[in-house]
Amino acid sequence: MALLSFERKYRVRGGTLIGGDLFDFWVGPFYVGFFGVITAITASLGTALIFYAASLGPTWNPWLISIAPPDLSYGLGLAPLREGGFWQIITLCAIAAFTSWALREVEICRKLGIGYHVPFAYGFAIFAYVSLVVIRPWMLGAWGFGFPYGIFSHLDWVSNTGYQYLHFHYNPAHMLAVSFFFVTGGALAFHGALVLSSVNPPKGQPVKSPEYEDAFFRDTIGYSVGTLGIHRLGLFLALSAGFWSAICIIISGPLWTRGWPEWWTWWLNLPIWS
Amino acid sequence: MARYQNMFTQVQLRGPLEAGPPLPPGSFARGNLSVYNYWAGKLGAAQIGPIYLGKLGIASLTCAFLSFEIIGLNMFASVNWDPVQFVRQLPWLALEPPGPGWGFTLAVPLAQGGWWQMAGFFMTSALILWLLRTFRRAKALGLGNHVPWAFAAGISLILTLGFIRPMLMGSWAEAVPFGIFPHLDWTAAFSIRYGNLFYNPFHCLSIVFLYGATLLFAMHGATILAVGRYGGEREIEQITDRGTAAERAALFWRWTMGFNATMESIHRWAWWFAVLCPLTGAIGILLTGTVVDNWYLWAVLHGYAPDYPSTGVIDPATLPGAPQ
Repeated sequence: MALLSFERKYRVRGGTLIGGDLFDFWVGPFYVGFFGVITAITASLGTALIFYAASLGPTWNPWLISIAPPDLSYGLGLAPLREGGFWQIITLCAIAAFTSWALREVEICRKLGIGYHVPFAYGFAIFAYVSLVVIRPWMLGAWGFGFPYGIFSHLDWVSNTGYQYLHFHYNPAHMLAVSFFFVTGGALAFHGALVLSSVNPPKGQPVKSPEYEDAFFRDTIGYSVGTLGIHRLGLFLALSAGFWSAICIIISGPLWTRGWPEWWTWWLNLPIWS
Repeated sequence: MARYQNMFTQVQLRGPLEAGPPLPPGSFARGNLSVYNYWAGKLGAAQIGPIYLGKLGIASLTCAFLSFEIIGLNMFASVNWDPVQFVRQLPWLALEPPGPGWGFTLAVPLAQGGWWQMAGFFMTSALILWLLRTFRRAKALGLGNHVPWAFAAGISLILTLGFIRPMLMGSWAEAVPFGIFPHLDWTAAFSIRYGNLFYNPFHCLSIVFLYGATLLFAMHGATILAVGRYGGEREIEQITDRGTAAERAALFWRWTMGFNATMESIHRWAWWFAVLCPLTGAIGILLTGTVVDNWYLWAVLHGYAPDYPSTGVIDPATLPGAPQ
């Protein structure tokens, strides 16, 4: 069941980090493993808590459900469940689920005999999330600095946090992050398009080889990074976007408490101008 | 336990530089301006160049140069031609569009925004000429038009911001100024003026596609590098004649999240996510101020803005005497 035509020969034992053969099996298309069990437990618990906390809230409108972190007065302590304690447990569940998901990816990589690039990359996403709900709140001294779990309420949090620093676009790390996001989007469009244009040529034309892909980009902009290089470049750009996003929020508050436009006065006051 | 992870190219080959497939009759010659670069070769292809400079390329670069010069010289003039202050204040300097008094007048006096119009005209010309050039280059090599159409999606967002929406609003003053900090100021002011762009559903979609594209590139790039030891980067070959690299790449995702793309379809996912980002963004911009004046109030009306405890502050727009 649920096997691809070539899948059976790849379904072999081994590659686990913990648990030996005990959890070395599949459920439908999903590989389980020790970390699959942990992920399933923590993700289910976290999701159930989100639903339970939502049931105590004022609305079932999915756009509006929001589970808020504790009030700032609780500092870095534990809060009663309905006063942000749910948020704290959900956060713990999320971090446990994300981390064990990454380790499960490692086990799958080992089983398939492939590199660890995907779990390494996923680690950047986990880092960005942990920056928002643990590192920065911890540095500022209260869990209340975390963002609320809700679709539009987390956007309000972004808006309000941004305006606390007057104009967040002036945050130099935010500038880098946004630039990396845009460049990643452009690079992805061009990579996807280039491969599709080679294997879907105009009617009556043969499928093209990578020599043609290289020639297209050399002809157009003078450089083709090549079939292997584009994946290194894409991974670098995407991870940079995530990394600088995490940095831009970590430094807001712990390192710089005033408006970000003001930060740039160091440039205007450099001694070289006089 | 330590094993090979595909990170940088360890052995670089050197031979005659690649000249590229022959071009159809009537094309310019590619020239032989190409070199090997060791550090480029660490990450990807070591060969830099040759470039094809056609009529459209020359025309596009000329327009881009004119636009760049108009913007730069206007900024230089704004600091009284002081070279030190020009560098010092460069991130703050702007070339602003015509003021609201000019409406959508086609030819505004140069110092009142005409230079902005001219810079915008040449920038647009440069982009469109470059777009036509990518169509020509694709045709000359017998490739599909996927790159040009993706590029066109990006251009559509620029044109929406700087031309189509100002036209619909009947005022050039609605357009984005040229300048590093000034265009960021415009973005923030735009969001505040129209009641927080986060409540604009098309802005939401655009951000989803932007983050989604980044996530996809991280997933795809990492997957291909991970199966690099099986030749996974030879994607066209893996699409037309599936090998163990494509199989392991697919199974990794199937076993991880229960679903996998194929070596070809992942590029379709990529293309659509990347292209829909500027397209949905352009729709969101186009609706702002033309159809919807305040996205927050619009969200309240449609039941997706959270209700927060009242702060007791009265909205000045509800007071008698407020402009209607």
